[in-house]
Order: sequence, then C-alpha cells, then structure tokens
Amino acid sequence: MKQFYNKRPSSALRTFFVLGSLFLFVGIMAFGSNLSIDKQSAINVKTNVVKDSVASVNAFKKVYAVLMSPRCMNCHPAGDVPLQGDDSHPHAMLPKRGLDGKGVSAMKCSNCHQPTNTPGPNTPPGNPNWHLPPADMKMVFEGRSPYQLAKQLVDPKQNGHKDMKKLIEHADDDLVLAGWNMGEGRAHPPLSHAEFKKAWITWLTTGAYAPQEK
Amino acid sequence: MITLNINKKNYKLDADPNTPLLWVLRDNIGLVGTKYGCGVAQCGACVVHLDGEAVRSCVTKISRAQGKKVVTIEGLSASNNHPLQKAWLELDVSQCGYCQAGQIMSAAVLLRENKSPTSQDIDDAMAGNICRCGTYLRIKEAIQLAAKESSSDK
Ligand code: FES
Ligand code: FES
Repeated sequence: MKQFYNKRPSSALRTFFVLGSLFLFVGIMAFGSNLSIDKQSAINVKTNVVKDSVASVNAFKKVYAVLMSPRCMNCHPAGDVPLQGDDSHPHAMLPKRGLDGKGVSAMKCSNCHQPTNTPGPNTPPGNPNWHLPPADMKMVFEGRSPYQLAKQLVDPKQNGHKDMKKLIEHADDDLVLAGWNMGEGRAHPPLSHAEFKKAWITWLTTGAYAPQEK
Repeated sequence: MITLNINKKNYKLDADPNTPLLWVLRDNIGLVGTKYGCGVAQCGACVVHLDGEAVRSCVTKISRAQGKKVVTIEGLSASNNHPLQKAWLELDVSQCGYCQAGQIMSAAVLLRENKSPTSQDIDDAMAGNICRCGTYLRIKEAIQLAAKESSSDK
C-alpha cells in the first residue's frame, strides 16, 4: 500500500491525464469559439451593413413604389379611415381606426374582413389579422415623400419599435404578404414579393439611405 | 356535420362549411328576421352577433361561427324588450323595415361598448348600415333615447 501511495503516476496514466486535459481544453476552446462564431453571425444578421448610398437609394426607389401602391398604402392612411380600391379612395362606410387599429364598436374590421378572401369581385379581402396601425403608432404612408418615408421606416419611435432584424423579418409578415393576395379584381403591387423583399433588404443593409428631398 | 349555437339553442346542420351564415339562418333554420341586402358586406342588412361582434352574416362562413355564440334579432331580448327595440317602437323608426334588424343589431353593439354615445360615436358605429328609406335621423334619435332609458333604468 505504501508503495502504491508513494508511486507517482505511471507514464501511461500521465499521458492519459495530459491528453485528457488537452482534449478538455480543446473542447472548451472549440465550444467557446463556436459560441463566438454564433454571436458573430447573429450580429452579422443584425448589423451587417455595408454602406453604399447609391445602391441604397436605388433599392429604396423600388421599396417606395411598392409601399405607396394601393395594396400597402390603403391601410397606412394619413387620416383614421382606411383607403380602398386601386384609386385609394376613402373606404366606403368610413370605418374608423379605433385605438388598437381594429375598428370601433359595430364597425370592426373583422366584422366584414374574414380570415380569408371572400370570393368574387367587390367582396372584402381577408386575413385573420386584418387591421390598421394603432392610434398611438399610425405609421402613415399616404402623402409621405420618399425622404420622409425612408426616415420614418427606420425610426423605432415611428415604425412599431422595429430594429434592423425585425424590419428585415417584416418583409415576410402575414399582412405584408397579403398585399400580393388581395382577392379578385385588385391590382398587385408593382413588384413581385420576392423582388420587393430583395430591394427591402438591400436598402436596409446598404445603410437605409433616404433619397434627397427634391 | 356542423353544430351552431344560435340564440342559445344548438343546431346540427349538414351543410358545407363555406356556406354563409345568413343562408343557414334563413333557409335552414327559418330565422328570417335577418335580411339579405347585398351579399357582399356593403349594406348591413344581415348583421348578427357572433360572440358579441356585429358581423355581416352574408360573408361569414358557418365554419367561422362554429363553437361561437350567434345571436340574431330574434334572440336579442327575451320579449322584444331590448332598450333599442322599445325606442324603435316608441319613435316609429321603421319605414319599409328591411334594414332595421341590421340597424338594431349594430346599435346594440355600440350601446354595449359605449353607454352614452355622442352623435359622432353613433355616426361612426352606424355608418355601415344603409337604409334605402332614409330613416337615419330616427335611427339616431332612437339610439339616443335607448341610451338615455337604459342609463336611467340603473
Ligand atoms: S347583405 Fe350582408 S352586408 Fe348586405
Ligand atoms: S326602413 Fe326601408 S331600408 Fe331602412
């Protein structure tokens, strides 16, 4: 027993410990570096902005054309009544926004707008989440110049508290997508959704430059 | 089979889930107080309550009404004594009457959510209910009367 206690670890054991700790160390390093890579790429998604004012302004021209098309602007009115139709006239029956954007008393959006489009011409288009922006964050598009709209879209105090990541995700929001599926007889936005999404992300990731006021 | 709860009664129906609620109310169940005006959510003649909201039954599929409570003009009150119904009679609101069930059902949601509506509140709530006979002024007066009566009841 004495001998055993006094015995120093055999070379095999030593190798085992050394290798073991080495693996452990390498493991920690690998784990650690994985973490840092993940963090890095997460940050990249959020802020991978490569500034290019020319590309940005060009992309925004496309974005603006879509956002000012009736399919988007009609629910981002300057007043409290939504707009309607390809000519963006005030919505028949003058339904009001209400505090939460879902209408008031007997005139709530979902009283007519069903979870899906109602078939046929001149029938209400549908979405389960049909609404206007709420009264405390109206996110008006109607009447905004390209400069004003660009500034507004990236200002969290005016864009529904969205940061870069949320803005990018917003391109695939259900109601945004609904703009390309508004039921019979309604014009589509001027670009396809894929083209819009590409321009939107390009605009944001090249610095979200606002075109000069003319 | 679809089960609908209408005016507190359950009805089992063998109907396409895409059928508009209005069709089923009138043709299958025989509740003809709710009227068909336009069929495209433009006039308000077909308003009923779906879990308390003034939905237009001409564009509401029965699949949406499943598991919810539907109330029609026939079920609004126990004996036609909702404050609005009383005020309607008192002021002789109806002309031809065709739009009036929808008008009352819309007004009932307004009064439930807003006990003393202003003139503007009434206009905002009732703007989607059209009356070919132009009884708007009496409708407005009757809503004001009902609001007054129900607040003095308490
Ligand atoms: S019949 Fe439903 S709104 Fe006209
Ligand atoms: S009373 Fe005739 S349509 Fe209103």
